[in-house]
Amino acid sequence: MTGWMSRASGAAVLVAFTAVTARAEAIGDAERGEELFGMCAGCHEVGRGAENGIGPHLNGIFGRKAASAGEDYPYSEGLERAGADGLEWHLRTLDAYIENPKALVSGTRMNFDGLDDPQERADILAYLRRFSDDPQNIPEADPTARAPEVELPPEVLAMVGDPEYGEYLSSECKTCHQADGSDEGIPSITNWPAEDFVVAMHAYKQKLRPHPVMQMMAGRLTDAEIAALAAYFGELE
Amino acid sequence: MPLNRRAFIGTGAAAAAMLSAPMLGAQGKPRVVVVGGGAGGATAARYLAKDSDGAIDVTLVEPTRAYYTCFFSNLYIGGFRELSSIGHSYGTLASDYGINVVHDWAVGIDRNAKTVTLAGGAVLPYDRLVLSPGIDFIEDSVPGWSTAQQNKMPHAYKAGSQTELLKAQIEAMPEGGLYAMVAPPNPFRCPPGPYERVSMVAHLLKEINPTAKILIADPKPKFSKQALFEEGWQKHYGGMIERIGPDFGGGNVSVNPDEMTVDIDGVVENVSVCNVIPAQKAGRICDMAGINEGNWAPVVPATMQSRMDENIHVLGDATDQGDMPKSGYSANSQAKVAAMAIRGALTGAKVFPAKFSNTCWSLIDTDDGVKVGASYQATEEKIAKVDGFISETGEDSALRKATYEESLGWYAGITEDMFG
Repeated sequence: MTGWMSRASGAAVLVAFTAVTARAEAIGDAERGEELFGMCAGCHEVGRGAENGIGPHLNGIFGRKAASAGEDYPYSEGLERAGADGLEWHLRTLDAYIENPKALVSGTRMNFDGLDDPQERADILAYLRRFSDDPQNIPEADPTARAPEVELPPEVLAMVGDPEYGEYLSSECKTCHQADGSDEGIPSITNWPAEDFVVAMHAYKQKLRPHPVMQMMAGRLTDAEIAALAAYFGELE
Repeated sequence: MPLNRRAFIGTGAAAAAMLSAPMLGAQGKPRVVVVGGGAGGATAARYLAKDSDGAIDVTLVEPTRAYYTCFFSNLYIGGFRELSSIGHSYGTLASDYGINVVHDWAVGIDRNAKTVTLAGGAVLPYDRLVLSPGIDFIEDSVPGWSTAQQNKMPHAYKAGSQTELLKAQIEAMPEGGLYAMVAPPNPFRCPPGPYERVSMVAHLLKEINPTAKILIADPKPKFSKQALFEEGWQKHYGGMIERIGPDFGGGNVSVNPDEMTVDIDGVVENVSVCNVIPAQKAGRICDMAGINEGNWAPVVPATMQSRMDENIHVLGDATDQGDMPKSGYSANSQAKVAAMAIRGALTGAKVFPAKFSNTCWSLIDTDDGVKVGASYQATEEKIAKVDGFISETGEDSALRKATYEESLGWYAGITEDMFG
């Protein structure tokens, strides 16, 4: 830790950062997904006015409990049981289901051999996501993109512990944690030793510490970003 | 800073001092004009001034001297906050950050000349313009209602006198009277807001008028935190609240403010109070600037630049950006991204990848707080949700109390982040 600290405080090596894009990726190509959905459309309807047919309709499928598209649809016992056991349709479970339906739900009546190509599955799911709740209106609705798992290129790693980057990142902390150290309802993080800071962020990131807001905030910080934050807060001392 | 007499005096004096100075002192400096002093605009102005260390000349145009936050205004209705505790002045932004605070309306934007015209006649040139005007209402979206009727049937969806009026009307309801809410269609400011309001109205009525009833006419099949609110309503206010969704005509509503009646799908109800929250659109300056597409201003996700004009950044409720809910937290988050992008463009400051987040806390009853939140990142197409969380039904009371206390901390934090 000592070595890391000295590296962080000494690192003023800066790179042109504008070139780095931490853009999230869409789930897939929804346009292509619409074409691929042709293989599903014999049984499943989706979109305005979609109804249960041979298969259940797929409006609102993201976030839906398995086997819950209306009482009029005769689900298999296997899918009913999966729903009762708590299976919910999200990106991960839907992807597994269309990769191999019977692997996820024994006894499902969905007569589909499965789709091997991960990109094709992603494209179909991107298309289907359009017909579920919009997070702008229902903030708890399922994500519409995947967070990039960025492998930062070496030139970017040179900015490990960049306090200027830390200052920008810290602006997100300051929405809740007051710079003057007030701690009403939300703990103060001002003048927190950098080492404690780093350890705590990693504990949230690994979901060892229990707070949903902090798990989410820390969960998307890269190691370099946590280091930058620590360098910034360290400099405040 | 909380609102008090001294804060007011501070604003006036500092603003007057700054107004006389800027054109002399600011020769050659890049100029940013920010229109709208709420969660987006105040934050953007403060971060631009703070992080540029005086290298950017920042002017904040906001008509009101006393700004009341929409967030936490429901808590005032419920009796959990004094109105003064959600009021803020711009004194610190002027005195400590050197922001040129101008209390006036922006009434025109010349995108070619890059100037903003104020109602008082002043013309402000800009290198970059930030528009954070919040919402306006779509006239005729609720037949029978217009802004001219807002004192008979308040919206209370811009905080301040409207909020006070609505609370006074609720307090004056006859015993066993009916409070009706006409809920808005998507998209609108603060997705859980109408339902937190109903919770706070119920809390107030339970204390002062326990046989009163609450009726919600809602054009939407579902709403944010629905399971949490419905659980809480049942637990705390059993039988008091009824919601009529679109299946039962909740979207087919007209009102008569003179008769104090509400017609829901042909059934006319006499009401004691009617809280009409109309359909919404971007604050009108966006339309005047010609940067709207439909009702909202589309933006480039990574910089919050208008898709119609790269010299204009738009923040908060007025934007069409993708997955972020229209909330004060979202606007504050977007403001920091925009401020960074503007500093990059005008002073060559480093620009880091955009990150966005939001959390919406809602209070259902005393010490019964819930929250929903998410993180977002820019894709080519929009600001996209990548992760999130929501409170669960059946949580124990200690956790709910901690969630409420956390919201108090957030309020203190975000208002300091906005106003210094």
